[in-house]
Amino acid sequence: MMHTVLFIIFAVVCVAAAINLLAQRHPINSALSLIVVMGSLALLYLLLGAEFVAAVQIIIYAGAIMVLFVFTIMLLNAGEEELSKSSRVAIVFGVPAVAVIVAALAYILSRGAGTAALGDFIGGPKEIGRLLFRDFLLPFEVTSVLILIAIMGAVVLARREER
Amino acid sequence: MGEISTIHYLVVAAALFAIGTIGVLTRRNVVIILMSIELILNAVNLNLVAFSRMHGQLPGQVFSIFIITDAAAEAAVGLGILIAFFRNKETINADEVDLLKW
Amino acid sequence: MQTFAAQFANAHDLMVVMPMVMLTLFACGVLIIDLLLPAGDKRWNAATAALGLLFAGGSLWRVQATLAHQGMLGVSAFNGSVVMDPMAIFFCWLFLIATGITILISVRYMEIEQEDHGEYYALMLFSVVGMMCMASGKDIVLLFIGLELMAISTYVLVGFLRRDKRSNEAALKYLLLGAFSSGIFAYGLSLMYGLSGTTDVTLIGRRLAGLPESSHPILMLAVVTTLAGLFFKIAAVPFHQWAPDAYEGAPTAITGFMSVAGKAAAWALLLRIFAFALRYEQTIWMPMVIAVAVMTLTGGNLAAMTQNNLKRLLAYSSIAHVGYMLLGLVAWNETGIKGILVYLLVYTFMNLGAFAVIVSLRRRDLIGDEIDDIAGLWFKRPVEALLMVIFLLSLGGIPPLAGFYGKYFIFLSLIETGHYVLASLAVFYIAVSLYYYLRIINAMLMRPALDAEPIQPAFGLRLALWVTALATVGIGLFPEIFIRAAAWTMTAPRAVTQAFLR
Repeated sequence: MMHTVLFIIFAVVCVAAAINLLAQRHPINSALSLIVVMGSLALLYLLLGAEFVAAVQIIIYAGAIMVLFVFTIMLLNAGEEELSKSSRVAIVFGVPAVAVIVAALAYILSRGAGTAALGDFIGGPKEIGRLLFRDFLLPFEVTSVLILIAIMGAVVLARREER
Repeated sequence: MGEISTIHYLVVAAALFAIGTIGVLTRRNVVIILMSIELILNAVNLNLVAFSRMHGQLPGQVFSIFIITDAAAEAAVGLGILIAFFRNKETINADEVDLLKW
Repeated sequence: MQTFAAQFANAHDLMVVMPMVMLTLFACGVLIIDLLLPAGDKRWNAATAALGLLFAGGSLWRVQATLAHQGMLGVSAFNGSVVMDPMAIFFCWLFLIATGITILISVRYMEIEQEDHGEYYALMLFSVVGMMCMASGKDIVLLFIGLELMAISTYVLVGFLRRDKRSNEAALKYLLLGAFSSGIFAYGLSLMYGLSGTTDVTLIGRRLAGLPESSHPILMLAVVTTLAGLFFKIAAVPFHQWAPDAYEGAPTAITGFMSVAGKAAAWALLLRIFAFALRYEQTIWMPMVIAVAVMTLTGGNLAAMTQNNLKRLLAYSSIAHVGYMLLGLVAWNETGIKGILVYLLVYTFMNLGAFAVIVSLRRRDLIGDEIDDIAGLWFKRPVEALLMVIFLLSLGGIPPLAGFYGKYFIFLSLIETGHYVLASLAVFYIAVSLYYYLRIINAMLMRPALDAEPIQPAFGLRLALWVTALATVGIGLFPEIFIRAAAWTMTAPRAVTQAFLR
């Protein structure tokens, strides 16, 4: 019962914040909505028994990535987006489009997955660590290269002219 | 509504996926397009964690950690490109990306 | 009793991925050497990167020799997340060759652009690491991370000319659409994981085949989203919008690199997913592939006819070439897969050669990527003009040249499987493609040059031109020798076909 109530609350908050992200005209409001999405998702992960992913979600997404976003919005001094004619048309078609896509996906998913019950609790950080360093060792190492190029790329692109 | 099962989580993920897709296709502000892409990746993660619980095994959760890392890398590079672009152009609206046809 | 460390990885695992390790080490080496070099004298960066390619090639050769020696069809490592089979090795060689030629083209070009930083070569090597993961990954996690490693390094490379607005915009557009398509692709992968409960592509294929009828709608959704992501990456119509812009705005050498190595890597990923994860879902994906192939052939060829920018024209022509390769996928037999692999191989040489000629037009005061800029090349540099004619005719598929053999196998496979309508459509589009290739040739040979400024290609560029031209002509004249020499590698299509023909 507790699970049902918590799920409904956070699922509704999550989707509402996502819609708000698109509805807002100022990027900083969208960024704050995105933080709400991230936070409620982290709670959904907790409900699913994935504590480690929930923690990573908060630390990396809500912490690191969102700081990057907010910082960029500040740096670029991004103002409100003006509405052009085509973007009004996009809003008129966008809202029903979301509804249609969600309905179609929900239908497909419910036909397919049915009412597959949630399994039992499956393990915490210890087991995840073991998987990361054994079965997924190579992707893990390649990810370190990925992060290196991300750092390098951001520095290369954003550094000031030296000549 | 009854007992919460995997399907309910999948529908939430599908909603995030749809909202993200529409955001990418309709918004003009590049920062918001990047946020919409983050929404799509979050939908993927919710899928993975829910399926992981359904199958009772962890690789799904591990995959979602990889995707979070990748999202961080993508956001860093994306915002770096945006800053380089802004220096030359002083706009962040995607439809003012006009030297090359959109 | 295993030691603690041996639980995680051992010497055998390391040997299998040694090419990637070498590339990573040398890329880090380039970054360090770059700090020691004085500004304006950065050629050692390129030399270090080239040395890294040699070492990677050496270790790849060792893997290949081990395979041949033990008569195995593939060796896997890291608990089955990576497998070096003939197809993976074939693609790894392709990436190394393409990168080597790109480095030769780049040295002088990046000096002219005043962006000759070490990061350029390091990013190129890192992106090859990602490509190798895409070609040899057997686990969707590794395949996805490899894809992202390649994609993110390419975004940065496309935007490497920071002072050039076109480069900024191209990078931005490429990043937005690339990240979007990666997200859709990942959504498809997550559904596949959900349906099968495993991340191993072979197991996914087996378990998807055994799904109950009620799961088919969700399977359909998984296949559609995965394919949409893959079609984005190979730039097939209607998912191609990023390609002309990214190709036009990127540094020309990188345009060449993306159009051959990046495309080959996306094909490696696509073949891996199709031949393993989706090998029993033909009824779902075949109609989509046929529709996309026809649209790609039509869209690419027709759009190329109206272009006046050489890089944009070659971008649309490369989209059209993807259309031919997709026809090999439609045939989906041994000849078809072989056709795709041969096509990618010959395309590497002829397309890089054509881009090398465009690079040679770049001067301090001239970008040199319009058709007007190549006009009268025959009167300035007859040799380069002649080589360009060879590359363009080969791209058009004229018989004695290499490009013919790519198309030959594709047509053969179409006729073998009875797709006569598609085959005649493809022949028709070859005629169309000759029109726009001949337009460039006409400009080079018949029109006078717009200025008298001499063109002086650097040594590396000329070397790259001769290598690509020799390969284009050589493969065309002696296909048997080439195929026999590559006989072992050509077990690649057999290994793929064995996966689905039984």
